[in-house]
Amino acid sequence: MENDVVLKMQGICMTFPGVKALDHAGLTLKKGEIRALMGENGAGKSTIIKCLTGVNKFEAGEIYLDGFEGPITNRDTMDAQSKGISTVYQEVNLCPNLSVAENIYIGRAPLTKFRTVDRKQMNARAKKLMEELDLNIDVTANLENYSLALQQMIAIARAIDMDCKVLILDEPTSSLDDREVEKLFQVMLNLKKKGVGIIFVTHFLEQVYAVCDGITVLRNGQLVGEYTVEELPRVQLVAAMMGKDFDDLASIKPEGGEIGKDAPLVIDAKGLSHAGTIKPFDLEIREGEVVGLTGLLGSGRSELARAIYGADRSQTGTLKVKGKEAHIKEPIDAMNLGMGLLPDDRKAEGIIGDLSVRENIILAMQAKLGALHKIPMAKQIELADQFIEMLQIKTASRETMIRQLSGGNQQKVILARWLATNPDFLILDEPTRGIDIGTKTEIQKLVVKLAGEGKSVIFISSEIEEMLRTCNRMAVLRDGAKVGEISGDEMTQEGVMHAIAGGDSNE
Amino acid sequence: MKKAKLNNNNVLLLITIVLFAAMYLAGCIVYAGKGFTRLQTFLNILIGNAGLISVTCGMTCVMLTGGIDISVGSLVALDCMIMAVGVEKMGMGSPVLMVFILIVGVVFGAVQGFCIAYLEIQPFIVTMAGMFFARGMTAVLSTQQISITSDALFTKLAGTKIEFPFGGYVNTKGILQVPYIRVTVVVALIVVLATFFLLNYTRFGRSIYAVGGNQQSAALMGLDVKKTQLKTYILCSFLTSIGGICFCLNTMNGTVGQATGLEMSAISSAVIGGTLLTGGVGNVFGSLFGVLINGTISSLVQTNGKLISSWANIVTAILLCFFILLQAVFAKVKERNK
Amino acid sequence: MSNLKKLTKMRLFLPVFSMILVMAINVVYDIASGNAPFNFFTISLNNGVLYGRLVDVLNRGSEVAILAVGMTLVVSASAGTDISVGSVMSLTGGMCCMLLAGYGVTNVSEYAMPLWAGIGTGILIACVCGLFNGFLVAYMNIQPMVATLILWSAGRAIGLLLCNSQIVYVRVASFQKIGAYVGAIPTPILIAAAVVVIAALVLRFTALGTYIQSVGINKKASRIAGLSSAKIILLCYVICGLCAGIAGIVATSRIYSADTNNIGLNMELDAILSVALGGNSLGGGKFNLAGSIIGAYTIQAITTTLYALGVSSAQAPVFKAIVVILIVVIQAEPVKEYFKKRSAKKAVEGGVQA
Repeated sequence: MENDVVLKMQGICMTFPGVKALDHAGLTLKKGEIRALMGENGAGKSTIIKCLTGVNKFEAGEIYLDGFEGPITNRDTMDAQSKGISTVYQEVNLCPNLSVAENIYIGRAPLTKFRTVDRKQMNARAKKLMEELDLNIDVTANLENYSLALQQMIAIARAIDMDCKVLILDEPTSSLDDREVEKLFQVMLNLKKKGVGIIFVTHFLEQVYAVCDGITVLRNGQLVGEYTVEELPRVQLVAAMMGKDFDDLASIKPEGGEIGKDAPLVIDAKGLSHAGTIKPFDLEIREGEVVGLTGLLGSGRSELARAIYGADRSQTGTLKVKGKEAHIKEPIDAMNLGMGLLPDDRKAEGIIGDLSVRENIILAMQAKLGALHKIPMAKQIELADQFIEMLQIKTASRETMIRQLSGGNQQKVILARWLATNPDFLILDEPTRGIDIGTKTEIQKLVVKLAGEGKSVIFISSEIEEMLRTCNRMAVLRDGAKVGEISGDEMTQEGVMHAIAGGDSNE
Repeated sequence: MKKAKLNNNNVLLLITIVLFAAMYLAGCIVYAGKGFTRLQTFLNILIGNAGLISVTCGMTCVMLTGGIDISVGSLVALDCMIMAVGVEKMGMGSPVLMVFILIVGVVFGAVQGFCIAYLEIQPFIVTMAGMFFARGMTAVLSTQQISITSDALFTKLAGTKIEFPFGGYVNTKGILQVPYIRVTVVVALIVVLATFFLLNYTRFGRSIYAVGGNQQSAALMGLDVKKTQLKTYILCSFLTSIGGICFCLNTMNGTVGQATGLEMSAISSAVIGGTLLTGGVGNVFGSLFGVLINGTISSLVQTNGKLISSWANIVTAILLCFFILLQAVFAKVKERNK
Repeated sequence: MSNLKKLTKMRLFLPVFSMILVMAINVVYDIASGNAPFNFFTISLNNGVLYGRLVDVLNRGSEVAILAVGMTLVVSASAGTDISVGSVMSLTGGMCCMLLAGYGVTNVSEYAMPLWAGIGTGILIACVCGLFNGFLVAYMNIQPMVATLILWSAGRAIGLLLCNSQIVYVRVASFQKIGAYVGAIPTPILIAAAVVVIAALVLRFTALGTYIQSVGINKKASRIAGLSSAKIILLCYVICGLCAGIAGIVATSRIYSADTNNIGLNMELDAILSVALGGNSLGGGKFNLAGSIIGAYTIQAITTTLYALGVSSAQAPVFKAIVVILIVVIQAEPVKEYFKKRSAKKAVEGGVQA
């Protein structure tokens, strides 16, 4: 292994029941390098990381680590940690019932000379660690008292404290706002100076180009290539991830611009709100309109949609659906009025893991019919097959348990669930998250098509270009409130940024 | 960003202690005439529940990891029967038997813990099997009740009174009644203190809380979750066996129906004491007060004399209901404040 | 080899295998003790009623089978267990007999109240208990084992109170018939069969089965999809209470008395065991009713077999424990992994040699 390389993985093969997750995949990391690990849904990013840290046992391939002769095997995460490989996972993997200091030091707490836990020292060291990260918090308070973003920082502090050679960050920025992302980047750059190699698993293109030195691309479990950031501009990165040149994206233009005021109002919300998540807002949506909700993470986009749908029941204001007053207490009320909601967290609020693809697809429709009117099996099969075809859902059969599908395909099944109810008004919250670019386009085209058929859509996405392509107008949110709307000429990347930032965007 | 130390869990403990004090005080006022106010009444609660205290400490540890052990009652019965059969039928000395009983406890806990931790079988099922097994083995040893009379040391130990130099009173016959506790109470209190120390000041104890708080996280942070679970079940059965010996010193016999339902007393004491069945939250002092509350209720019913013993069960059930609802309300408030 | 694998993966494998195992033991025992090999299975008609060990199993297992129906749904929907069913059985029996005899009376040969009123009230009380449990679990978000702990301790005690701590005898023919025979067939078997059939029909012809599983697997997602998790969970607990009530009436009528101390004692454990033996996960989600029913009768078969083998009722639990452990260990994931690896290794070695 070369002198400046700290980690080399090659020829890694790994099979899960029914699917080859990794097929001779690999990754090379230099000392003091920040390397992005990228790939679309099903590429194998998380899988290869778990192979590295000993969570998964892989069938073939070798891992070489600086300082060790010959290939290494990690029996488990503790083993990996002791060799200098630390991980911060996507889900904050800490214990909410323990204090911040304990979370940082659990399993390796400093001991007094009597072999008991030395609380004083532990707390002092934790405090110092957090101060180095520019965070002044009470380390003796329980973790659950702190926000998710802060908990993630604490998880990173723990990993850093363990003198790592290789730090793996598995999609760490998903729940952080811009300020916190900046802080994270500072920390990463500091570690880089100390010679630590960082693997940064992410799908945020901007972040890759902001902080990374190199990019490793996986597709379908195989290694596509390893590049430096300079030699791979964005377009080519996307091409590498997708395996072909793709400019179909450009062909989607918002059809028809703004919807005229003569189109009937489908949704007329005045003063709806939900304590703690979204302040009172007004929103009008017309027939055949696609309205985007944009704003920073945590600005209230999902919450606004949920307030309309009744997922978080609105406590104030009035809602008129198709001209008639509506009182929505539970999602089923909204569904009976022709609404549907594709939630952003498919694992927690989308898939029913152990049920089959078919059962997942017909679920909402069945809920509308009531328990006593079971959908005949023949019809269920027909529906399931129809949507598997339409959305190109990759599944062994319609009876396969949905949890065995990849994330992107699961997302497609949940989308099918809502399309099956033939809604007049559909809320799509991050519908293309975790989905490959090919299907992303199809979904965007589908949204535009639905609008053309007279349906209305609320479209929420972190990718502004996606929204610009499909929406007629956009509502802007900031800090838990709706602050304005933009349409027509204002609908450009810059225009949106301006609206989100508000005031003087040079600040 | 300083957060108040008086979090939910401390408040629950406080409520438990206040409730106990209130109950006891009420008893003192209502039954003053029947001698409830005497120190001995309180001490009798300790004496009668010494075994349960030790068992509840073990149960608390297991519940902290998010598990449960419903075999404890049957294990206590088995322990008593081992002592009885050993002393009366096999002429063995009680110290040897005590050591044997503790070893049985460790082995029992190890088998259960192994099945739960390494074979990943649900704790309820495994400890249910353990319960059947221990109860059945008690009957295999002897289906008849056996009184323990032949061991002088054992009898002496059971009869020893540790007297208090205060709080005595002169009874109707003019004899000074000095308040006393028995050896088992001292053992029980030592167990409580030792368990507290273990849970709060050793790595093992902290890993118990971690595993209970979020098992997946604990594993990813490098804790050996399986080993922790195994050790916890061993600890529980070990403490249960200590409780079994105390029980035996109290009842002085071995019988098939011994300690039936003890597991539920332990669980309800722990829950009343603020331990969550989902794990990660709880402490042994709360559990101690849970046992005291249980004991006070029984004592009150007994002192009344006119109520049948079922009333004690009903009151405990009502209390349990109250604490369960309280914990649920607190959890809801916490969720809303997030 | 793949055929065997397919067989073991079938959902009914565990309960069916266990039942066959128990029957096999019976056959072996019969041969060993000089009886006809299929003595276990012989059914004869004596005094106009069906006799035989098999009949015995079906008869005595009726209560557990009825309980297993309700317990399966509760486990599936709420990932928890209702440990109060035994006490609710006792409470139902106590209430029923107390009403039929009149408060304070311990021995009657005539009804103080119509039979249907007594039974009806008893079952109503059981449903109320189910409602109570369901409310705590579904609307107060309390863990099922904790919530049902309350009735576990209170149910029996209230039953005792109702009967003034006495055993109340109701020596009336029409009451005793419920625990006795309809023609040649023991009534409990018919009642259990009716409960199972009705449950199966409801699950087949309504979407309730899908709802229950959906709620059990992912409550949040079910809500977004339009299901009311709370109502469904509540319903499951009420059904479980209803089953406990029916089982309680059957058990009471068998001995035509309310022995509140002993009716349904430890039966919650048998019910939970049936569900587990039936291949259902105690963590909730997908369920298999047929499996639970087979599991219930298997447990009864084990008990009956033990008595036939001469094991006393106090010692029988030892064998129950061993059977339980064996069955769950074989089903345990790590054990299956181990055997999978062993056979994979052997396949590789076999391939290399060839």
